[in-house]
Amino acid sequence: MTGRKRFNYKTKEGLQGYIFILPWIIGFIVFTAGPLLFSFAASFTNYNITSQMDFIGLKNYEKLFADDQLFWTSLYNTLYYVAFSVPITTVGAILLSALLNRDIPGMRFFRTIYYLPAVLSGVGVYLLWMQLLEPGTGLVNTVLAWFGIAGPNWLFDPAWAKPALIFMKLWSVGGGMLLYLASMQGISKSLYEAAEIDGANAWQQFIRITIPMITPVIFFDIVTSLIGGFQIFQEAYVMSNGEGGPVNSLLFYNLYMWKKAFEAFDMGYAMAMSWILFIIVFVLTIINLKLAPRWVHYEGGGK
Amino acid sequence: MVKSAAPKHSHFDTIQGRRRALNIINWVLLAAGSLLVLSPLWWMIITSVKTMQEVMTYPPTLWPDSWNWSNYIRTWEAAPFDLYTINTLTITILVVIGNVFVNSFIAYGFAKVPFKGRNALFAVVLSTMMIPGFVTLIPQYVLFAKLQWLNTYFPLVVPAFFGSAFNIFLLRQFYMTIPDELIEAAKMEGASHFWIWWKIGLPLTKPALATVAIFSFNGAWNDFLGPLLYVNDENLYTLQLGLQVFKGQMSTQWNYLMAGSLLVLLPVILLFFFFQKYFIQGINLQSGGK
Repeated sequence: MTGRKRFNYKTKEGLQGYIFILPWIIGFIVFTAGPLLFSFAASFTNYNITSQMDFIGLKNYEKLFADDQLFWTSLYNTLYYVAFSVPITTVGAILLSALLNRDIPGMRFFRTIYYLPAVLSGVGVYLLWMQLLEPGTGLVNTVLAWFGIAGPNWLFDPAWAKPALIFMKLWSVGGGMLLYLASMQGISKSLYEAAEIDGANAWQQFIRITIPMITPVIFFDIVTSLIGGFQIFQEAYVMSNGEGGPVNSLLFYNLYMWKKAFEAFDMGYAMAMSWILFIIVFVLTIINLKLAPRWVHYEGGGK
Repeated sequence: MVKSAAPKHSHFDTIQGRRRALNIINWVLLAAGSLLVLSPLWWMIITSVKTMQEVMTYPPTLWPDSWNWSNYIRTWEAAPFDLYTINTLTITILVVIGNVFVNSFIAYGFAKVPFKGRNALFAVVLSTMMIPGFVTLIPQYVLFAKLQWLNTYFPLVVPAFFGSAFNIFLLRQFYMTIPDELIEAAKMEGASHFWIWWKIGLPLTKPALATVAIFSFNGAWNDFLGPLLYVNDENLYTLQLGLQVFKGQMSTQWNYLMAGSLLVLLPVILLFFFFQKYFIQGINLQSGGK
C-alpha cells in the first residue's frame, strides 16, 4: 500500500466516522448546546415566550438572591432531600448487596424481589405510596401501630413530607444494589479466604476488603445520585398535586422552576434559576472528582 | 477446596461453622426484608379489590373480605384508558425504535471507526449527562413552541432519533468487547463501515440492544413530565397523564386508584419478569465503565 492510498483510506474512514456520529452532533447542537446558549442569554432578560425579551442585566439573579423567599425555601428543600437521600440510599444499597453476595439458596429469587421496585416508576408508584402513607388506614402507619408507634401524618405534615419521599426512595434501593453486587462479584475469593485464615470476622472482611474494592462504584453512584437528587420533580408534583405540599415543604427547586417557567411564564427568571442549579451541580461534581483520588481505590493503579 | 493438612483441620471446621451461622442470619434478614419490599405491592393488590367501605375500615384488613375484581372493569370504564394505552404505545414504540437504531449507529462510530477528535467528542457525550434536565427543558420548550409542535407527540418522539448520552455510552461499552479483528477482516474484504454496522454490528450487539430497548420502553412508558408539558388535548393523553387526571376525579377512591395504578404498572412488571437478564446486563455494562 502506498502512502498516498493509505492517507486516502484514512480520510475516507474518518468521514464515515463523522457520518456515524452525525445524529448525535445534530441532536447535541439542536437539543443541548443551542438551548444552553439561549437559556444563558435569556437568563439576563425578562423573556416571557410571547411578547417581551428585554435585556435587564443581572436583575433576575439579584431578585432570586435578595427577595425571593420561595427560591431559598425550594433550595433548602432540595438540599435537605439530597443530604439525606443520597447517603441513606448509598449505605442501604451497599449493605443490601453485601447480604445478597453470598452463596446461599434462594439468592436469585431474593435479588429479583429486591430489584423489582427499582424498575417501577411513574404516577402509579406515587399513587401507591400516597395510599401506603395515608395517615389513618395506610400500610405504613398500620405497621407502626403494631409496635405501639403513632405514625405521623406524612405527606400532610410539613415536618414529615420530605422524609416520606426519602422513605419512598429507599424502596427502590435495589437499583443501586445491583450496581454494587456486580462489582462485589468481581472481587477475588482468595482475598476473603486469606482473611478468614487470619481470623478476620465477617464485619472486618466487609470493611477492609469489600468496601475498598467497591469504592469506584460508590464514587460513580454518589456522583450520579447527587445529580439525580437535585432534579427531584415528578414525585413532588404528583404527590402534592403540583402545589408543593403543606407549607411549601415539597416545593423542590425544579417544582418552583416549573411553576415560574410554565405557569407564570416568567421564563427569563426560570432560566436564571436553572443556571444556578447547573452551577451548584457542576461545582459539587468537580468537588467529587477532586476528592476521589483520596478515597477511591482503583485496582492496578490509577486510571 | 483443599482439606489436607491435619493440624489446620479443626481451625477450618470453626470457619465452616461460623460461615454456616452467618449464612442463616443472612438468609433470615433477606427473607424478612423481602416481605417488607413486597408488602407495598401486596397492599396495592388487596386495596384494588376491596370495597370502599372495607378500604376505610380501621384497622385495615390484610386479606380482603371479598375480592371485587369488577373494580378493574369499573376503573377501566371510568376514563378512556384504552385510548390512553394506544397513545402511550404509539409514543413508546417510536421512542424504542429511535433509541435502538440511532444509538447503536452512533455508538459504533465512537467504538469502531477511527476519526479525528473522537475521544474529545466522546468526552462531550459523557459530560452532557451531567447537565440537569431543566436547564435544557425550558429552552427546548421554547424551541418546540416556535416549531408549532406543542400538543403533538413530536417533542416526545423526535429527540429519541438523535441519540442519548446514556445509551450511546452503554452500547459503546458493549462494542468495545467485540474484537477489532472481526471488523478489520470485513474491511479487508472491502466492506464499508455502514455495511459492517448493519451486517455485523447490529446482530452481535443484540443483547445490549435488548437492554436499551427495555430501558427506553420503561422510560417512555413511565414518562410523566414530557406529556405533562407538551400535551394538553385530552385525546392525546398518555396513561401517566390519564392516571394523574383520574386521581383528581376519584379523590380518595383508593380501590379504583390502586386498580388503575396496577394496570399501568403491569406491563413494566411483566417485562421485568420476562427479560430480567437484560435489566441486569444493563447494570453490569454501566458498572464496567465507571
